[in-house]
Parts: sequence; C-alpha cells; structure tokens
Amino acid sequence: MTHPATRRHSSVSDEESGGGVRPFWSGTITFGLVSVPVNLYPATRTNRAPLRMIGPEGEPLSRRYYSEKTGKDVEADDMIRGYEIDKDKFVTITDEELERLAPEKTRDINLTLFVKEETIPAVYFERGYFLSPAGNSEKAYKLLAEAMKERGDVGIATFVMRGKEYPVAIFSDHGILRAETMRFPDEIRSAKQVGLPETPKTNAATVRKFETLIKKKAKRTFTPEKDQETAQLLKLVKKKETKTSNVVQIKESDKSEGKVVDLMEVLKRTLAGKSK
Amino acid sequence: MAARAIWKGDLKMGTAKVSVKLYSAIEDKTVRFHILDSGRKRVKQHMVEPESGEDVPDTEIRKGYEIEPGRFVILEESDLESLKPKASRDIEISSFVPIDAIEQQFYERPYYLGPDGDANNYFALAEALANQEREGIAHWTMRNKTYTGALGAQDGYLILSTLRNAEEVVSAAQLPKPAGTAPSKKEVELAKHLVSMLEGEFNPAEYKNEYRERVMDFIAKKAKGHAPRLSAVKTKRQTTSLDSALAKSIESLKKGKRAA
Repeated sequence: MTHPATRRHSSVSDEESGGGVRPFWSGTITFGLVSVPVNLYPATRTNRAPLRMIGPEGEPLSRRYYSEKTGKDVEADDMIRGYEIDKDKFVTITDEELERLAPEKTRDINLTLFVKEETIPAVYFERGYFLSPAGNSEKAYKLLAEAMKERGDVGIATFVMRGKEYPVAIFSDHGILRAETMRFPDEIRSAKQVGLPETPKTNAATVRKFETLIKKKAKRTFTPEKDQETAQLLKLVKKKETKTSNVVQIKESDKSEGKVVDLMEVLKRTLAGKSK
Repeated sequence: MAARAIWKGDLKMGTAKVSVKLYSAIEDKTVRFHILDSGRKRVKQHMVEPESGEDVPDTEIRKGYEIEPGRFVILEESDLESLKPKASRDIEISSFVPIDAIEQQFYERPYYLGPDGDANNYFALAEALANQEREGIAHWTMRNKTYTGALGAQDGYLILSTLRNAEEVVSAAQLPKPAGTAPSKKEVELAKHLVSMLEGEFNPAEYKNEYRERVMDFIAKKAKGHAPRLSAVKTKRQTTSLDSALAKSIESLKKGKRAA
C-alpha cells in the first residue's frame, strides 16, 4: 500500500526529541517459543544526488499539496486516503483501519520455516534491511544468528511493514540478522504469462560453445560497481561551482531543518546498543 | 495475454551476439490509494515559494545541487542533457560469476529476456548458464540510464536483474557485531536443534498476500455501506526464560510430529 505523502522509504529520519533514530519498523522475531524483539533499519540507500527545485530568485522551493477543486493548499493533517472504486468515487480508509486489518500472525516475524540459503531464486528478493536487538534481547538475537549460521539456513515468514505485507527471509550475516523482503509469487510473472516461446530442444554444440565462452570469462567474485552517473554529475557541479553566477546562496534562516542522517552511523550506533 | 516488450537489445559476450527483447518480470499488485482533501477530492502537487506560499510555474523552475547547506549550484537543462549516457542497444557481458557470488541485497528488479529472431542461441545460452551455475555481469544503457545487471537462467529462460551499485548497499561486513552477552554452547545446540526441526523446502506458492485480500475486502464492504468493526491491536511479551522457551519449543514440536 502506498504511504501518506509525509513518509518516505529508504530514508532514516532523525527523531525530534534528539539522540536516537527512529527504526523503520519495530517488532518481534519468533522461532518456536523464543521471541527476539528487534528494530529494523534499511540496508540500502539511494545514492542519486538529490537535485532541488530552485525558483526564479534562486530560492529553494517547497512542494505543497493543493485541492484540485478549490485550488487552495491542503495541510497534511487534513489529507485522507481514498481507494478509487469508480471514476472519481472513493472509499476512504484510515491509518488505524489499515493497522487493524493486518492479520495477527503478520504483526511479528514468525519464523515457522527454515530453508537452505541457496534455494531461494533471486527474482524474489526486493530490498535488504538490518535488524538490531531491542529491549535486552541480545542473547536471544545472537542465539538465532548462531544457530542459522551453523545450519546454513535462512528463516522464512510473512509480515506487514508500513501498510504492506511481504514474505521475508532472515539471513545470518557476519553475526548480524539481515532481513530481505521478497515478492509474493503472484507478483512474479511466469514465462508463459509473458508469452515467451516453449523451451525447445537445444543444439548440444551451441550449448558447448557458450559454456566455453562462460569458462573463458569466469571470475570467482562479484565486485559491486561504483555509481558512474552520480560521479559524472558531481564532477560537473564542481566545474560549475568555480563561476559565481552559477551559485546561489540562501539566507541562514531559510536553511532546511531536516538533517540528513548517515545510514552507516545509525546502524553502527544501534548495533552497539547505544540508541535506546 | 502476452506482455509487450519494453526494450530490445543485443547480448554481447566476446564475439557472440544474442538479440533479445526485454519484458518486466514483475507485476505490481500494491493497493494504490489517492490522497484526498477533507471534501474527498483529489489533491495535486505544486511547487511554491516557502515564505509567501506562492505558486511557481514549471517554466520558472531550475534545478540545483546543494554543495553545502544553503549553497546551490544551478544546473541548466543543457547541463543535465550533457550528462545523459550515450544510447546503445548493447548489453555487454564482462564476466561470469558463481550464482552465489552476488549478495541478495544487490538484486533490484528482474526482467525476462525473450529471443528476438533466432531462438537457438538464446536457449543454448540459458542452458549453458544453468549447466555452469553462473551468472553474467551485464552493463547496458536503457532509456537514458546506465545499468549493471546479473544475467541468469531460470527454468530454461534468461533473466536479467538490475543490480544496485556499491554506494547503495551497506554490507554486514562493514558493521560491528551486536553488543551484549553471548549464548552458551548448550543454548546454541538447543537452538540448532529447534531450527533443524523447522527445516523444509522453500515453496513460494504457499505464500498469499492475505493482508491485500483483507484490505480489498474491507474496501468492498465499506463501499456498500457496511464496514465491519475491527478490533484493536494487542501486543504481547515474552515471559519465560530463554532456556525453558527453547526446551518447551522442541518438546511441543516433537509432540506435533508424533500426532501428525
């Protein structure tokens, strides 16, 4: 389900009261009768250099919502969520209703199945998160991480996070529990649905030709690529910065309050047990 | 109904070339809501001057990159145009890595590849990848964006998944291990036993999006004017010790198996 406009994925926001950083989701992992309270933080971030919209006087602009009918701005508190059942006809639904509609068993990550790590096809994986122990659960947390590591297993469950249900796989990764949200099978098309031709009998010589090619270019490890596009953009920014007519400076008082929090710092702090 | 190809390209590895069509492998089933005002009318977005609240038309908006708080470098349309990658139909395969070499966190969006023209090479390549248990590392430019991807085989077909780049993924190896007491050897043995009792096959067909069904059902009922009452969410807490929770879990699983 889409979130209200005020929430953004992949961003970690600074808590207003200062100090701690709000987790993306908080809940409990259970296996058998053991429960492990955890906090969940994103393990991925967007790297794309954010571009701001600038007005004619060089001032950064704000995005506002306005009513299509009256043309007036609408405040966040006055906005409601609606599902369009007919053209321009909506059924409204509240946050509370959405929360209450989540099936009981999906409010926690209830690991009722463990599978071997390599048996999940890559098409299922959607996004990664790290889990940190919450509420004195360090021992139970480590117990699960250690047991899964020694068995070479990942735990499977479904759970609801921010208004959407996901199948989830819990990995033991360097002593840390990592959650990978997955897609439901009905969200992945079959080759038949796509309209691909039936697999024919292949020519053995052609297969061998490709196998030789694969072996020739075989490598043991995968090295993640650096983001070239962002690097290019930053290079251009640096070049333009030298000319003052390309630069605008806003007044001290207009600076945006939203402090950008470094995801890495958040994760380090929370795993060290320093952000409770 | 067959899907429409969203792009066409040529897989290139060494001297070999395989022409392919690209199809989305994902069908988004997310329940989409609209944001409405209190009069149940759709809201739209616009850009305003933060102080006066006055609307700024698109034609007067420029883009800026914030080099330090409050300091922006303006980028003109021509600047952004100059950053666009060169268009190409090539999907270059630079190397082949074992199927478990890429961590799950990197996989972003899968696409089916289908043969474009001659299908023999297409299916032979899929079979070769499956036999060798490897994935190709691919680079290509599609719709003004450059991509890195993993070319794999699934059930005899080629799948090209876009991969996140290095800056986008935090790896667990970069993080400190969680603080706190370690469990005892005995506890780990019990936990391993418990985990092994819950081992099984990954069978995706078992997973249904129950929440989506419930939300759609609730909306349908509400549309007819009789929304059911929903009970409040309760929270529960663990009361027993770790040791006894482990022992009790194993005991109850054993009983369950005997009964079955």
